[in-house]
Amino acid sequence: MNTDLLERPELRDAATQARIQPAIRPTSLLRFLTCGSVDDGKSTLIGRMLHDAGLVPTDQLESLEKDSRRYGTTGGVDYALLVDGLAAEREQGITIDVAYRYFATSKRAFIVADTPGHQQYTRNMATGAAGADLAVILVDARKGILPQTRRHSFIAGMLRVRHLVLAVNKMDLVGFDKNSFDALVAEYRRAVEPLGFASITAIPLCAREGDNLVLRSLRMPWYSGPTLLGLLETIDAGQIADTTAALRLPVQWVNRRSENFRGYAGTIAHGSIAPGDKIRVLPSGLRGTVARVVTADGDLPRGIAGQAITLTLREEIDISRGDVIVGEADRLTATRELSARILWMDEKPLDPAAEYEIRIGCNTANARISAIRHTIDIHSYAPTPSAGLEANGIGLVELKLDRPVVAAAYDEDCDLGGFILVDKHSNATAALGMVTEQETAAPAASAPALREWHGRSLIKAASWRAIGSIDTFILSWIFTGQVKTAGTIAFTEVFTKIGLYYLHERAWVILPWGKVGGSIAGEGYLAGVMRKIFKK
Amino acid sequence: MKMLGHLDRLEAESIHILREVAATCDHPVMLYSIGKDSSVLLHLALKAFYPTPLPFPLLHVDTTWKFREMIAFRDRKAAELGCELIVHVNQEGVDRGINPFDSGSRLHTDVMKTQGLRQALDHYKFDAAIGGARRDEEKSRAKERVFSLRSAEHRWDPKSQRPEPWKRFNTRKRAGESFRVFPLSNWTEQDVWDYIAREGIEVVPLYFAASRPVVERQGALIMRDDDRMVLAPGEVVQHRMVRFRTLGCYPLTGAIESEAATLDDIIREMRDAHVSERQGRLIDHDGAGSMEQKKQEGYF
Repeated sequence: MNTDLLERPELRDAATQARIQPAIRPTSLLRFLTCGSVDDGKSTLIGRMLHDAGLVPTDQLESLEKDSRRYGTTGGVDYALLVDGLAAEREQGITIDVAYRYFATSKRAFIVADTPGHQQYTRNMATGAAGADLAVILVDARKGILPQTRRHSFIAGMLRVRHLVLAVNKMDLVGFDKNSFDALVAEYRRAVEPLGFASITAIPLCAREGDNLVLRSLRMPWYSGPTLLGLLETIDAGQIADTTAALRLPVQWVNRRSENFRGYAGTIAHGSIAPGDKIRVLPSGLRGTVARVVTADGDLPRGIAGQAITLTLREEIDISRGDVIVGEADRLTATRELSARILWMDEKPLDPAAEYEIRIGCNTANARISAIRHTIDIHSYAPTPSAGLEANGIGLVELKLDRPVVAAAYDEDCDLGGFILVDKHSNATAALGMVTEQETAAPAASAPALREWHGRSLIKAASWRAIGSIDTFILSWIFTGQVKTAGTIAFTEVFTKIGLYYLHERAWVILPWGKVGGSIAGEGYLAGVMRKIFKK
Repeated sequence: MKMLGHLDRLEAESIHILREVAATCDHPVMLYSIGKDSSVLLHLALKAFYPTPLPFPLLHVDTTWKFREMIAFRDRKAAELGCELIVHVNQEGVDRGINPFDSGSRLHTDVMKTQGLRQALDHYKFDAAIGGARRDEEKSRAKERVFSLRSAEHRWDPKSQRPEPWKRFNTRKRAGESFRVFPLSNWTEQDVWDYIAREGIEVVPLYFAASRPVVERQGALIMRDDDRMVLAPGEVVQHRMVRFRTLGCYPLTGAIESEAATLDDIIREMRDAHVSERQGRLIDHDGAGSMEQKKQEGYF
């Protein structure tokens, strides 16, 4: 029995000895979250994994045994109690709020956001997913894919969590059956295929007894993939900063030490910066040159993304909090209109008449939701026309701001693309949002091909007729040798053919076939919208 | 292409949070409890605003039962760095004769620490108090936001915390409400020591093993820091090699037997240890969920 194996201390110790106290400090960090429907065993999974990896201190193990007798829902040791920290959570045996856990093995340091499964607390799941590199989505092998599985998968995809692990838990309750596992995984892969994860790995688990968490399960010899911890330790965490990219520094705080020192403090969102580099300030558009990249440990020869630095410039320029300093070549602009995917988090539904406060980068502005283009049906992922958005609803909206802010598409730059909306009356954080690619550029360019003003068609017809009539006059003159006849033919033809050309031109304008570059005309509205939502 | 190390990322995140407080709050204060986390926090704050001095004062809520070495360290540090230091004592508690021995740990902590902190915040009208608490310390702390809202009565409502995606902090509040801000949220005990070693940060010598006068009481080793600690019948003061993993009021802080006299020794010892950091804190064991309750009432 596998349980016996896991409970045999000498085997467990041998397996975990290397992990227990890493001799070398890990240098890489993986942020991940656990999510899925309620009762799928998320907290148990984290608790048991920490336990099996030998990372639970002795005194916590002792209180775990005590607490298991008092609150436990499983009969034996309830590993979920290692992570469910609030009294209400312990009483109800559920997770309400996201809990952060920290552990390290010799290979890597981990920050885990253990997120709640109840639909009511979806906003807390989204908080845990924002900034995570990987999501572990749990499903109960008996229940299969539930609405909450689909919802959490969609939110993880929307927040651009790169990797996904489908943890099929409670395999013991389906007799460790390979076929049930395979069927569930196939259905899931089909469902989330459009969400664009960099990788999806499915692992069969029995979290309560530790199968395939740290140690390979002997009860599922048909599974040859990695254990959960094995995967977490080795998957690409993607933390390499691209120093060749253009600089983006949202100005967080202006440091005025004295008349001689005026620095712009912030965390580099994107790219890198060195003294001598030419910069532009948005939204003012003023230009300058970097003098120093200041830190308390001395000036840097080059600052890179992720570093909290203070920049000084050679020129005296008016810059304040909320401005963004960008590399000279960066084409980023400030805008008062944003398209964004949002997740509504407040109990109070979206109010199209209300003014919200948007916080994006280090900037703050007043915002109104001018249009809800559609909401997402969480069962089919299909966009649905809708007039409103309620708690935990997801939609694509248009925002109008009272002043220009610097924003980038979230997919390229989550620091300048991710924002929150705050209810100005209750001060609640009402929504989180992600700026979509600013789509005004593409459709605007293709618009003339789709529609043409009638007057323009008429003038085109007239100009073409002028050329055509001169041609007709010259040819008729050559063939007939008579100026008068040639003139009559050409003059009469002007009027008949202008009318014919105009009708012909309008007919071609209406016909969509053969047009390129337009996103809506050729593929139908629904397909166009889907393509935009699921753009990878 | 270059990669930031784990400690570099933590440092940058904390500096970002500290700057956010300075940029968005009207009247912030940094709680300085003299422990290792406070030392790291202070170090990070000096970096965040460099070359400008700290844009906020330090506040120490003194229960009058701290180790004498802590108080000496506090006063020397503040003078060296030229920081404005406010020391607040709940005089009403002192007058009532509240003390950890006779009043019990629970009442003492509530009156001298929790109420003392509330008095100080109200008195100086601070709208944000920056503290060095970490999420890995204790389970209810694992649920706390970075910018954690407190009502005008300083209460924490754990069930309706504001979502905090990315580094987008909602710093709006009503008059009277305030924030507790935790820049070290994502640090672990190990990170703190590694960073202390890397940056050469000075900490109170009590963290290092030395021969100290201790009394065994209720399974804990309590250092007799002054003669306010009255020995019970049968209790004897012994000199043992001990050190402290965390520092609080001396009658409520258990020492551990240790030979670790240097930073390297401490880091090695911690890796081999199988008990968590707050085990020596007697107040955490006042009942299940007791930290959450204290926090709801306004304990930091």
